[in-house]
Amino acid sequence: MDLLREFERQNPRALARAISLAEAGRGADLVRALYPRTGRAVTVGLTGPPGVGKSTLASALVREARARGKSVGVVSVDPSSPFSRGALLGDRIRLAEHFTDESVFIRSMASRGHLGGLAGATADAVLLMDAFGYDLVLIETVGVGQSEIAIAELAQTTIVALQPGSGDSIQVLKAGIMEIADVFVVNKSDHPMADQLRREIRSMMEMLHWTGWVPELVSTQALEGRGVDELVAAIERHVAYLNETGEIERRRRDAFSHQVRQLALGRLEERLDRALRAQPDDELDPYGAADRVVSQLWGE
Amino acid sequence: MADRPLRIVIAKAGLDGHDRGAKVIARALRDAGMEVIYTGLFQTPEQIVQTAIQEDADGIGLSILSGAHMTLFPLVVEQLRGQDAADIVFFGGGTIPAEDAKRLKELGVREIFTPGAPLQEIIDFVERECGKRRALVG
Repeated sequence: MDLLREFERQNPRALARAISLAEAGRGADLVRALYPRTGRAVTVGLTGPPGVGKSTLASALVREARARGKSVGVVSVDPSSPFSRGALLGDRIRLAEHFTDESVFIRSMASRGHLGGLAGATADAVLLMDAFGYDLVLIETVGVGQSEIAIAELAQTTIVALQPGSGDSIQVLKAGIMEIADVFVVNKSDHPMADQLRREIRSMMEMLHWTGWVPELVSTQALEGRGVDELVAAIERHVAYLNETGEIERRRRDAFSHQVRQLALGRLEERLDRALRAQPDDELDPYGAADRVVSQLWGE
Repeated sequence: MADRPLRIVIAKAGLDGHDRGAKVIARALRDAGMEVIYTGLFQTPEQIVQTAIQEDADGIGLSILSGAHMTLFPLVVEQLRGQDAADIVFFGGGTIPAEDAKRLKELGVREIFTPGAPLQEIIDFVERECGKRRALVG
């Protein structure tokens, strides 16, 4: 199949294949050819700990976007096994109602050893969905802990979903994912401890001095769709803010440099690994060995 | 193509809530190094085939324990052909009598595994057949 031509003819199989190629590190030519067509989609990241309801929230957001006549691409990342390289990708289960909607394209991605909450090719998948013409691209990270913040570099709007009853007030004060939210969502808001979590997030936010956008706090019960319209409104306000202040350009540049950095790092890492394998097995201390291999790389 | 793992959709179709077998297979394929996309329960043939297309899957494994196999398997085959996706290796499992399995294989289901099939036999089949497909499509 002539991939580029089929892509241009809006054949979903071409998009699916293009993402596979990007995952295998063979997507460069295609992304290069399609890059001029990107930059139109609104990109929204959805992150939070495992089991918080990210996929259920994603499904509810897709429903709202479809009701507004927007087409949606979803990239859902789940972890790969560090032992077998295999993965069980289960995010689709919550998205089943959208499987046969021609204006929705869902792709599960395994992290394939990549850290930070995304897969190495997630940025490419977002570019490809954007070029294919989806109005909204939703990116769902792996279930994260406290420090996986790559999504904030990639998405224009980052939603951090939290659930009640999972830690004391110090948890919301910690650095990391609590700092990247444009919108906080307290999901499972019917839980008896939901009010407490909302209070803790509010008091954490009051301690900080904000310039520009102040993160919004929305409560949802995603399974029943409660609060989802408020979440959509919060996202729309953030997107409007980005556009009015011109910050959208800064976010696009950030996403661009982030991807450039990732790609360059990947290539440097390959060279480093090759050089490390070729090192003599002598008893140098770790600092000396690092100096030696780096100076060799510069000379390469 | 060893530069990316095989991708397999494991699905449950129709009014059949018994997913233990599907989960065991999903786990076994995962541990054999494949990326397994699990659809969840109660899928229609159309949903299963759309999933396989969007996920660029090399194979679809469908588990049916409800007795509706003579209806659901052929519908998936038909959908695959209709979507120009018959290159995707379609196999199945469940409580399926031998004569039905024979008929289904004539219709285009590549293999039917019944209760007691060794996991390794299923893994070997998927690696071999989906590997062949991968060699063709890249």
